[in-house]
Amino acid sequence: MSEPDASAVAAGTDTPLLELRGITKSFGAVEVLRGVDLKVRSGRVTALVGDNGAGKSTLIKGVAGIHNFDAGEYFFEGAPVEVHDPKTANALGIEVVYQDLALCNNLDVVHNMFLGREVTRGVTLNEDEMETRARKTLDGLAVRTLHSVRQPVASLSGGQRQTVAIARSVLWNSKLVILDEPTAALGVAQTEQVLRLVRQLADNGLGVILISHNLGDVMQVADDIAVLYLGQMAAQVDTKDVQRNQVVELITAGRSGDIGLSPAMAEVVL
Amino acid sequence: MTTTAAEQAAEGQRPEGIGGAARAYIDKLRGGDFGSLPAVLGLAALVILFGSLKGDRFLSSFNFANLLGQGAMIIVIAMGLIFVLLLGEIDLAAGVTAGMCAAVLGVTMTEHGWPMPLALGACILTGIVVGLAQGVLVANFGIPSFVVTLATFLAFQGVLLLIIGEGGTIGIRDDTILAIQNDNLPVWSGWILAAVIAGGYAGLTLMRRRSRITAGLATEAFTVWLAKTGFLVAVVAVVTFFLNEERSRRPEITSIKGIPWVLPLILVLFVGLTFLLTRTSFGRHVYAVGGNAEAARRAGISVARIKVICFVACSTLAAVAGILFASRDNSISPSTGGSTTLLLAVGAAVIGGTSLFGGKGRIIDAIIGGLVVAVIQNGLPLVTEQAGIQYAVTGGVLLIAASVDALSRRKSVTG
Repeated sequence: MSEPDASAVAAGTDTPLLELRGITKSFGAVEVLRGVDLKVRSGRVTALVGDNGAGKSTLIKGVAGIHNFDAGEYFFEGAPVEVHDPKTANALGIEVVYQDLALCNNLDVVHNMFLGREVTRGVTLNEDEMETRARKTLDGLAVRTLHSVRQPVASLSGGQRQTVAIARSVLWNSKLVILDEPTAALGVAQTEQVLRLVRQLADNGLGVILISHNLGDVMQVADDIAVLYLGQMAAQVDTKDVQRNQVVELITAGRSGDIGLSPAMAEVVL
Repeated sequence: MTTTAAEQAAEGQRPEGIGGAARAYIDKLRGGDFGSLPAVLGLAALVILFGSLKGDRFLSSFNFANLLGQGAMIIVIAMGLIFVLLLGEIDLAAGVTAGMCAAVLGVTMTEHGWPMPLALGACILTGIVVGLAQGVLVANFGIPSFVVTLATFLAFQGVLLLIIGEGGTIGIRDDTILAIQNDNLPVWSGWILAAVIAGGYAGLTLMRRRSRITAGLATEAFTVWLAKTGFLVAVVAVVTFFLNEERSRRPEITSIKGIPWVLPLILVLFVGLTFLLTRTSFGRHVYAVGGNAEAARRAGISVARIKVICFVACSTLAAVAGILFASRDNSISPSTGGSTTLLLAVGAAVIGGTSLFGGKGRIIDAIIGGLVVAVIQNGLPLVTEQAGIQYAVTGGVLLIAASVDALSRRKSVTG
């Protein structure tokens, strides 16, 4: 309970939770990221948008430690850090919820949330402790859609599964949660549930990066929007300062009016 | 009657008590999770069928003890197979591994004069080494388990022949080994065993209930606990009573009564392995790997390590089954553990409710399914002497069980 409060205080300061400066990454001759800057603050939802191939996945995998960046600076809570593998990222408090969720259908909700990090008493599993903590986490996220945490994941709907995956990511005092297309496969009502949950994460004081193709979702839930355009950060703007059509222009052309890449920069790319 | 009132009072909510438990169970069945229900119903149907056709011989306590002895090897091999089946893998060599380990036991004792405990150790060690080798080939080399164990299935038959020598058999003369399948517990200790089982179950479940209530978690109703415990006590009492009856045809010459030693052995394996699979991190990881290996890997679980351990468990339990073979047959022959042994053990696990697709199965499945197989093997020869019919029926039952497994899986995927 003390964790969100501490983060909320940090949100008031000027130090971003995550800051990337001048990140580059190439795969062979292909330059995927070309000097990307990004700031993510605690208590805010930062949407990361961009067309296919803009470099969203590469950027996120670098933050999570799956790929290494070629060059650039990586700050977490104001301090420069070296993240070369997923374990380091987890230790910092960075959790990624992938699109395929990585849940075991044959296990129940509690088992999935604690998978690989089971709480034990001697050699035996401490089921009571895990169930209590799972319940507490779900309650903390104001989740009302799960009747029993002892039902197998196979019996859950797509939205409920997304909920379980997100709840798992915040069990471990995480500070930054990265969500990869959490609403891509969901219907209208379930999308609404998941977006409410995403909002709740930020309101609990966590930093949230939301990758999405759905601008409706982005405009509804995000506090600021970072637009990647062919490996460059076209702009990171406050959601309240832009219109939907401006974001579309930023995604498709790299610039919109006086925001975005300079015309010269945008053309160099082409 | 009180449950009806409670149901009416809490409409829309899940009712408490036996009614609620029954409803939850029906929901589970609707969801495609049949568990051991088909096997239990099948077992009851078979017992009624053979009982009405050949009641005098089939339902005798002599035959019941005999049936346990026949089924014991199948049950123990099936327990091991459940570990690899949970991963979605298979061990086709488990039967001949049992035979080979039994041969190691026999040869070291009879021909090399090793003391019994040392020979037992060599037998178990053979199982461990076999499992380790098969597991590494599957998990680290990435060869499909079907291929690896098909190869070892052939190879181990050869090794068995080489150990025994062409056409020969090895006699087992050690009294302790022979006692497992041929001696019985004294009648009084049978009742003590029954009391320990019933009391142990009641005590442990009551303690778990307590701790869940203290933690403020949802708990099954006391009446449900009472019904479950009552059912278990009844089963244990009936089995103990039945096995404590005199079953010798000439009691005045030799008296045969009491629980066969093999029964407590199977119970110890059942309790120990069930604990391993359901109450430890290792067991949880086995289910996770079988359910979604990629998710398990991302959760930091070493998938290869889990696989190797499961193959070791399978082959080690096959070695234990080998000891039971040696005890029951008084000898090891080149056909020990061969022929239909593996088919029946896989059949037992699947009939009991373990899935061939991985991720679903319990140790109790081996016992329930093994009893179904043993009843067929034991009952059919009383009804018909035609081996053709016996094979066809056994194969048919396995096919039905596999169909139930596949259909329930499809139902739970779509539902």
